[in-house]
Amino acid sequence: MSKDISIKNGAKLDLIGLASKEIEFAKDSTTHAIYPDDFFNLKPRMILKKGDKVKVGSPIFHDKNDERIVIVSPVSGYIQSIDRGEKRKILKILISKDGDDKVNHQINESQRLNKTDIISLLLKSGSWSFIRQRPYNIIARPDKLPKAIFVSTHTTAPYDIDYDFILGGRVDDFQKGIDVMSKIIEKPITLTVTANRQSIFSQIKNLDIINVKGKHPSGNLSFQINRINPINVGECVWVINPEDIANIGSFFKTGNFDSTRTVGVSGETVKNPKYYKAQIGSKISSMISKNDVNNFESNRYINGDPLTGTKVDFDGYLGYYNNIFSVIQEGDKYRMFGWLPFKDNHIPSFSRTSFSWLFPKNKKVNTNLNGDERALVITGEMEKFFPMDIYPMQLLKACMIEDIEKMELLGIYEIIPEDFGLIDYSNTSKIEAQEIIKNAIQLMLKEVG
Amino acid sequence: MNFIRKNLDKIKKPFEKGGKLEKFYPAFDAFETFLFVPNHTTIKGSHIRDAVDLKRTMVTVIIALMPALFYGIYNTGYQYFIQSGLEFTFLDALLHGAYKIFPMIAVSYIVGLSIEFGFAVYRGHQVNEGYLVTGLLIPMIMPVDIPLWILAVSVIFAVLIAKEAFGGTGMNILNPALTARAFAFFAYPTYMSGDKVWVSEASNIDGISGETILGSLAAGQNIDYSSMQMFWGSIPGSVAETSTLFVLIGAGILLITGIASWRIMLSSLIGASLVGLLFNFWGANELMSFEWYNHLIVGGFAFGIVFMATDPVSAAQTKRGKWIYGFLVGVFCILIRVFNPAYPEGVMLAILLMNVFAPTIDHYVIQSNINKRKKRWGKLKIQTL
Repeated sequence: MSKDISIKNGAKLDLIGLASKEIEFAKDSTTHAIYPDDFFNLKPRMILKKGDKVKVGSPIFHDKNDERIVIVSPVSGYIQSIDRGEKRKILKILISKDGDDKVNHQINESQRLNKTDIISLLLKSGSWSFIRQRPYNIIARPDKLPKAIFVSTHTTAPYDIDYDFILGGRVDDFQKGIDVMSKIIEKPITLTVTANRQSIFSQIKNLDIINVKGKHPSGNLSFQINRINPINVGECVWVINPEDIANIGSFFKTGNFDSTRTVGVSGETVKNPKYYKAQIGSKISSMISKNDVNNFESNRYINGDPLTGTKVDFDGYLGYYNNIFSVIQEGDKYRMFGWLPFKDNHIPSFSRTSFSWLFPKNKKVNTNLNGDERALVITGEMEKFFPMDIYPMQLLKACMIEDIEKMELLGIYEIIPEDFGLIDYSNTSKIEAQEIIKNAIQLMLKEVG
Repeated sequence: MNFIRKNLDKIKKPFEKGGKLEKFYPAFDAFETFLFVPNHTTIKGSHIRDAVDLKRTMVTVIIALMPALFYGIYNTGYQYFIQSGLEFTFLDALLHGAYKIFPMIAVSYIVGLSIEFGFAVYRGHQVNEGYLVTGLLIPMIMPVDIPLWILAVSVIFAVLIAKEAFGGTGMNILNPALTARAFAFFAYPTYMSGDKVWVSEASNIDGISGETILGSLAAGQNIDYSSMQMFWGSIPGSVAETSTLFVLIGAGILLITGIASWRIMLSSLIGASLVGLLFNFWGANELMSFEWYNHLIVGGFAFGIVFMATDPVSAAQTKRGKWIYGFLVGVFCILIRVFNPAYPEGVMLAILLMNVFAPTIDHYVIQSNINKRKKRWGKLKIQTL
């Protein structure tokens, strides 16, 4: 069965330096790292301490609020250091790689596994961390089963990757992951694919395939869920990244935690942008060296896409979930009279006060704010990049004044900060919409739970 | 460029944190960011940003105002020379107009920006660009012979009461430029109506006089201007609103750049045309039988709906709200013109009235969105029961 949906508003932001479709194995990373900040609203409590030995799949820390949710080591070795910041907040757990020991979980004939077995295996193995729940985009709460599970292979963000390409060789793992997960909800998994495109996913069984047509942000699951099976107050759905479905499948085949992370490294200054097969938390220099990028010093390195990713140092590590690694030039330069309309048309702009639309191929970007934050003046511009029946500006205002009731009524349950990426990018007043939404969701979690 | 930059960096020192003039940083920042788009990079949220900012947006509005301003300057001279019977050239008219209007613009900017800078320094936030447009709009909608001190007082009232009292740019309920005009209109009516204010020097020289078309109609007099003259704008009126043609050029700029809402402009036009047409059938007095299409090209209607009703801060903010808001601006404009001869120009009061109602319109539009969501939630409860 397949359905079609078309998500209208939005925009395409094609940037120079998209990863080409060739894949290379990343060099062996001597150290790996986990950033607890990658798990939204998770409060880590360490299970292991510095110097402890770990295998692939050994639990490192768990969530203070639910000890069943554990984050496990992606590699074998020992805990080299635990970096802490203010108020002893854990910033990074560094693991030195050594050997290839694995924690093996006994898995019965999968035909006989029931819902409870699957959940308990996922939790024990650490693969549970791949499942995130909406509302809020936090790691799913094991006690509350969702009304549906969504997987999106329709990607639209700048520098987004092609899941057909990276999962082409893992169809069996993917099928296994889908079979296991659909047992939990006792119905098919909802998978979205780009409309009018050949896809390897059409041969996968146990799926409810939906063809999605649209520009960014139609690849964001919030907008797809809103159209397909909207979240009401008190309900939840689960979302899983396609590669993690394959990782879950591989776990149920072998009994070993699979931390494969295939990453598209893109950027204008990257000499040879392409895909790398690495592991969760691999060192960035295991994929690209200083010589692989131009103007090494004046770049910003981002775990994720340029609209929603997290800044990371070049000698840092891959994030837990991201399949995209972006390199963007820093824009710490002054531009004389740069505010004049129709000046500096090389900067992509959705506004018609620039001729940038005349040069669709020439999209050079940097990290300059191109102005300063101002009061919200222009109306109607956010709706253009928000294809949902939610009033984004009114919701943002409700979030700014922390009016929880209004936030609920205006639709906070259906969105996550990333959905405001394009609004961040395009709004005239340079309002930090993602930050406002993030703080608001944290408030919701604290007050409503 | 490097030379200017280096010197700016030198001057900047005392204004920075811990410097002697730290308090005045917002004022310095306004000048610096006028010369250069700052080197600030993204810290939170999206790592890349669009080239558009509020400065660019406001400057585009100013560019859109230029054709009307240019014609207004010419028309000021033209009306003066025609009335006084002197021979004149195109350049003479322009020079006379410039001589009258540039001081008005200067007063508006100096007084208004001083208050804006003062508030920015007092509140410690950056100077918003909104006044660049307001400051130009105010002299453009005043009678040419208005004394400069009245202009200054109106500016002070508008900026203090209509804008800063509500929290500054982006927070005001009423359009500040129209508030300035309404203030002058009610506080100093003799300088804002009659036949001695619309033509340059009419207040000083006995031989010169001129009533606006709407004023004449309200007084029950006949008018001897053709529709073409009304459209072209060679008629007495406020400084820059007389020429529908040049206002339309500005409207074109605003619509092509996407800065003003076409929904508001179109729905105002529809509202005013419908009511005008209705009155044409009724035809009980001069203003009722005044052709509906002429209503659209005389007075401040065109200028008002293009540049004032579309002010995003004081207009309705939702799509559907904009349709309703614009339509009612058009309707009320003609209603006020026809039914209240004391206020021959209806567009100012119509827009101010709808400014007050815009938040209410938006409230109901958003409430319907909320109700839709609640209904979805409600259905769910029934299913689970």
